[in-house]
Amino acid sequence: MISIILDKCIGCGICIRNCPFNAIKVENRKAVILDNCTSCGACVSSCKPGAIDFQKDEAEDPEDFSNYSGVWVFAEQKDNSVLQVVLELLGGGRKLADTLSVPLSAVLLGSKIEDQANTLFAYGADRVYLVEDESLENYNDESYADIFTQLVNKYKPEIVLVGATAYGRSLAPRVASRLNTGLTADCTELGIDPETKNLLQTRPAFGGNLMATIICPDRRPQMATVRPKVMKPMEPDYSRKGEIIRPDVLIPDNLLIKVIERVHTVYEKVSLTEADIIVSGGRGLGDAKNFELVRELAEVLGGAVGASRATVDAGWIDYSHQIGQTGRTVGPRVYFACGISGAVQHLAGMSSSDIIIAINKDADAPIFKIATFGIVGDVLEVLPELIKEFRARL
Amino acid sequence: MNIIVCVKQVPGTGEVRINKETNTIVRESADAIINPFDEYAIEEGVRIKEKTGGKVTALSMGIPKVADLIRETIAVGVDEAVLLTDRAFAGADTLATSYALAMGIRKLGEFDLVICGKQAIDGDTAQVGPSLAEKLGIPHTAYVRKIEEIRDGYIRCQRLTDDGYEVIEMPLPALITVVKEINEPRLPSIKGKLKAKKAEVRVLSAGDIGADPTLCGLKGSATQVVKTFTPVHEVKAEMIEGTAKEQAKALADKLLSMQFVKRI
Amino acid sequence: MNYFLTEEQEMIKELAARIADEKIAPIAAEYDREGKFPHEIIGYLAQADLCGVYIEEKYGGLGGGVFEMALVVEELSRACGGIALAFAGTGLGTYPIILFGNEEQKQKYLPDIASGKKLAAFALTEADAGSDAAGIRTTAVLDGDHYVLNGTKQWITNGGEADVYTVIACTDKEKGARGFSAFIVEKDTPGFTFGKKEDKMGIRASSTRELIFNDCRIPKENLLGKEGMGFIVAMKTLDRTRPGVAAQALGIATGAFNAALRYSRERHQFGQPISSFQAIQHMLADMAIQIEAARALVYQTCRYIDSGAKNFSKESAMAKVMASDTAMKVTIDAIQIMGGYGYMKEYPVEKMMRDAKITQIYEGTNQIQRNVIALELIKELSSKK
Repeated sequence: MISIILDKCIGCGICIRNCPFNAIKVENRKAVILDNCTSCGACVSSCKPGAIDFQKDEAEDPEDFSNYSGVWVFAEQKDNSVLQVVLELLGGGRKLADTLSVPLSAVLLGSKIEDQANTLFAYGADRVYLVEDESLENYNDESYADIFTQLVNKYKPEIVLVGATAYGRSLAPRVASRLNTGLTADCTELGIDPETKNLLQTRPAFGGNLMATIICPDRRPQMATVRPKVMKPMEPDYSRKGEIIRPDVLIPDNLLIKVIERVHTVYEKVSLTEADIIVSGGRGLGDAKNFELVRELAEVLGGAVGASRATVDAGWIDYSHQIGQTGRTVGPRVYFACGISGAVQHLAGMSSSDIIIAINKDADAPIFKIATFGIVGDVLEVLPELIKEFRARL
Repeated sequence: MNIIVCVKQVPGTGEVRINKETNTIVRESADAIINPFDEYAIEEGVRIKEKTGGKVTALSMGIPKVADLIRETIAVGVDEAVLLTDRAFAGADTLATSYALAMGIRKLGEFDLVICGKQAIDGDTAQVGPSLAEKLGIPHTAYVRKIEEIRDGYIRCQRLTDDGYEVIEMPLPALITVVKEINEPRLPSIKGKLKAKKAEVRVLSAGDIGADPTLCGLKGSATQVVKTFTPVHEVKAEMIEGTAKEQAKALADKLLSMQFVKRI
Repeated sequence: MNYFLTEEQEMIKELAARIADEKIAPIAAEYDREGKFPHEIIGYLAQADLCGVYIEEKYGGLGGGVFEMALVVEELSRACGGIALAFAGTGLGTYPIILFGNEEQKQKYLPDIASGKKLAAFALTEADAGSDAAGIRTTAVLDGDHYVLNGTKQWITNGGEADVYTVIACTDKEKGARGFSAFIVEKDTPGFTFGKKEDKMGIRASSTRELIFNDCRIPKENLLGKEGMGFIVAMKTLDRTRPGVAAQALGIATGAFNAALRYSRERHQFGQPISSFQAIQHMLADMAIQIEAARALVYQTCRYIDSGAKNFSKESAMAKVMASDTAMKVTIDAIQIMGGYGYMKEYPVEKMMRDAKITQIYEGTNQIQRNVIALELIKELSSKK
């Protein structure tokens, strides 16, 4: 519950501007908390006189979680090879496990996939829970969620990390819901509270305008999804050894959900969400045919092609390339924004990139505010020069 | 077909900005909109109804004034709008939200299909749809980009994956979450708007739907926000001057020396 | 300014504004460049029930009048005056049926126009009959159960795209203006073809073409009103649609003004936004004054007409002159405020200036309008004596 300590409130109204839900008003020079308050706590730190009291509803009897231990990573695989994001999660998970002095485990589901365990060990896993069955060769929401839930109930990990891929974002909420536990999506930072040992999960909210740190104090396991490219994998050490555990689980048959067909439509050499380099085009290209320049630079750099919403809406390029709030969220090492002005919705999808290069005619374009390097100029002139330059030097 | 579409109120896009000096959120207006992804869900629900007959119900959870917003869905073909509103629901995370929505849906009676937008643009979690399906104990598919067929108690749809799509078949009742690609939402019509204006939004409290207050709202939430802060964008762009040729060369120098770009 | 619109009028304005901002604005430049006709925009208007705002409810419309039509035209024109014309031109082609059509004709044509299934056009102008409509040479001769049309109409808005044409032709050469009659001609009638599409300065998304009648036989039931009423049909129609042109001009002016105002806040010179310079401020203030004055006159004229007034040629002409002269001036000033950027095709205001010009010319040049106004003034004075 949020309440106002009337003696301290000076009626300045700063808290009103900080409330994302418009749940505060000032009446008779004192702040009043309205009914639509969600107790998010965003106002607390803004109050200079310290007049906002935030009482967290404490559970009456804190449950005993001592039987929950260990950090788990869901080892999503495709075509019998674990995804890059899994290695990244192992890197992040390793740190958490070391802080807590607990083992780091990977959960690997598939068919004839045992050889992948070595990769998981090399990247930091101490244990691999391996479930093999022909029916698990490809991802299926129902069977994967079912088995994963069984494993959690049996081995009781305290933390579960899942890559925020299309499958991971579908699996994690199913499992969390079945376990009645908390799940925090798209975390950009994970840490351990030194006192409570709770997992501190930090994620962007409101299109990246606000960061929130979230905990799951009263339930276990604590579940989080993390986008590709957010965490760094460890240097692999193939001499590392680990333990393979083959749990006794019930493989569900008679699945309700049937995958009839798998169709690949994205024939990029590099997928957008996994790419180290992304070259994106915006309305500044002026014309569909000028997207060739973007494609060419991406090819020269070994990167993927992205696009702003305006260009997708104009039919210059397929929706699968759209980056931003209504498209994909990416975080490559290098992001080229070519002729993209940088509407908040676009920034929400790419602002976590390590290096952002903005090329735009308009020096006042918002994209320059988050760029690492800015080039004010005509993309149609700059892009060919960049292609020439990199082609000569790579 | 009895179709239920879940709808969330979110702040109007682009409206939340950060005041650089005070590092606080600037809200230009209190404009609230229907989550844009839910508009696709509504449109898909109405299209199915127009083909198969039946009823589309829009269901939302939120503060009382959300009623005005979901009433508008009637202007684009929704038959009934239902709002779950109660102080007990406040502060819900995705788990508590899905519980309340599930109880609300059970209260509404028989249904064939639940449609949600793939995610809400304020939270971006994409969790409520799948979580709700679990609470209802029905099969579900996320990120649906096309419904191929609905017949004989089955739905066959295309679900977006990271490198293409899958064709999925599941029995009804089921839940799907939909992506932008699935349709182009229609505009409301004047006649629809006039109808919406007169429509009653059915308002249900936690008690009405038989929800356990300890599983709702902040109490029923597994997660808690302990801290919020505005991200610091300390980066000041380094501007590269010169002719296009000079700019290209300077940028290549920098990227190559930082080893951000490597020989393939 | 609050014009105390009814709730339904607010809805109409809001929906039209949404179509303008979401659907028209993104494509306006392309349609202007390529001269594309905006069929899909008509689709959106139909979806929103806006195609028939001025048509009676029993024919599937919303039962509004000239005011409702003007509200739609104004909003659409903020984004593109050319695209708005597909709707406004249909209104012009439909009003003769609304005003003079018999029950059968109304039943036959109005529902499809109200639903957006069909577009309409109005054909008066000919090579030698512009401001002087009495110069019409197109003839219609009764032959059994049919009228046979011969002649060529020029610069017809929605030409080639519309399905229903109301055509003014001469049925009796002896009688001059009293020898004209109005007919409904459907597209695809044998003997009815279209000439070249005009390459225009502005309103380029609108289709402007010749209508060519070569022994075109139409059923005699397609006569609107009676023989000899053609001139009255035309004048009564134009009295009602002139506020539509005024609304178009008003929309164009508003669009240009908004662009210039926004730009003046964003553009910095001498270390400050140019909106802080008094020279710019005064221009913006003048633009706003003129637009608001024009809007007040246009809205009030519309309301006067819709209240059932008998004679409103003068008011209708005043609104058209005022709004179109304002549009021309405001669009030119908007470019001036935006300087070099305003002159570039990359920004929308140069197009608005090109679009604005036609509003001073068509549906009666502003010179003819002033004639009408003066004539009415003199009539009023003499009737008082």
